[in-house]
Amino acid sequence: MSASANRPFSREQRTTILYGMLVFVLIVVILQLWLLTATMNAWLGGDDSVVWPAAAVSAGGLALNVGLLKYLGRIERTRNAGA
Amino acid sequence: MTDTRRDPRGPIDVALNSPEREGLTGTAPASLYAPTFEREQITIAPDFAPADAQPAWRQDFPIDWPQDLYVERRDFMKFMVLTSAAFMVGQLWIGVQNWWRRRNGEALMQRVASIDDLAMGGAVVFTYPDEHEPCVLVRLTTSGFVAFGQKCTHLSCAVIPRPGEGGFYCPCHEGRFDLRTGAPTAGPPRRPLTRIVLDIRGRDIYAVGVEERT
Repeated sequence: MSASANRPFSREQRTTILYGMLVFVLIVVILQLWLLTATMNAWLGGDDSVVWPAAAVSAGGLALNVGLLKYLGRIERTRNAGA
Repeated sequence: MTDTRRDPRGPIDVALNSPEREGLTGTAPASLYAPTFEREQITIAPDFAPADAQPAWRQDFPIDWPQDLYVERRDFMKFMVLTSAAFMVGQLWIGVQNWWRRRNGEALMQRVASIDDLAMGGAVVFTYPDEHEPCVLVRLTTSGFVAFGQKCTHLSCAVIPRPGEGGFYCPCHEGRFDLRTGAPTAGPPRRPLTRIVLDIRGRDIYAVGVEERT
């Protein structure tokens, strides 16, 4: 492994990564909001076939968001350890 | 033997900086050992002017602008992940409510009224399948009866039957529903009223089921 692979990201690089993550997180949150309202509408209308699939998709979105947040924490810890 | 290596950071007496004597006091310029700062350790003001050009208050309480920006975005991302978790909890809540609804099973048969109790265009309010679900039974014709849940599908205000106008009226936000089908005809509601399935046995009217609709 080259030395550059272990080099921590600079603050400018981390800011760029953070913006990229925010785009993903915002898209997923908007998707979850739509999913929640659509599921609620269907369920109140008596259609309960979408309840658990929608919950599974929403859980997947949450897992993606938490994973991105954990990755951000990891590159910050790498930075602090390397400083 | 002459040492030809030169330190690019400043003028050093080659003779004194020989391998045997390097590091001795006086062999290097003072700037050689001056602390060097990384870019992230330097405070950058909002106007990007040097620290000496900043007002006194900002020199006393400097805020590193790029770092402040980074921390703000990071906190915003954390808040968005929290929002994402809240939506996930909402989905689970619907799932739990759905499980509860299925567990309770089909609604039981319940006597609502007698045919003789209702005049043409008359209405009677009852609760079905439990005491928390108000419903309204309306007589349309001699043998025609309809019953719907009384909660408006917009924000659950109680709808009022208006047989003369051919509909139900929600006074909260001017919502209107068709009297025969319960379908929304005006105002903010988008879903029809919950239909109560009726069964007429002899002279008595029974509620036998609930039909949610989209």
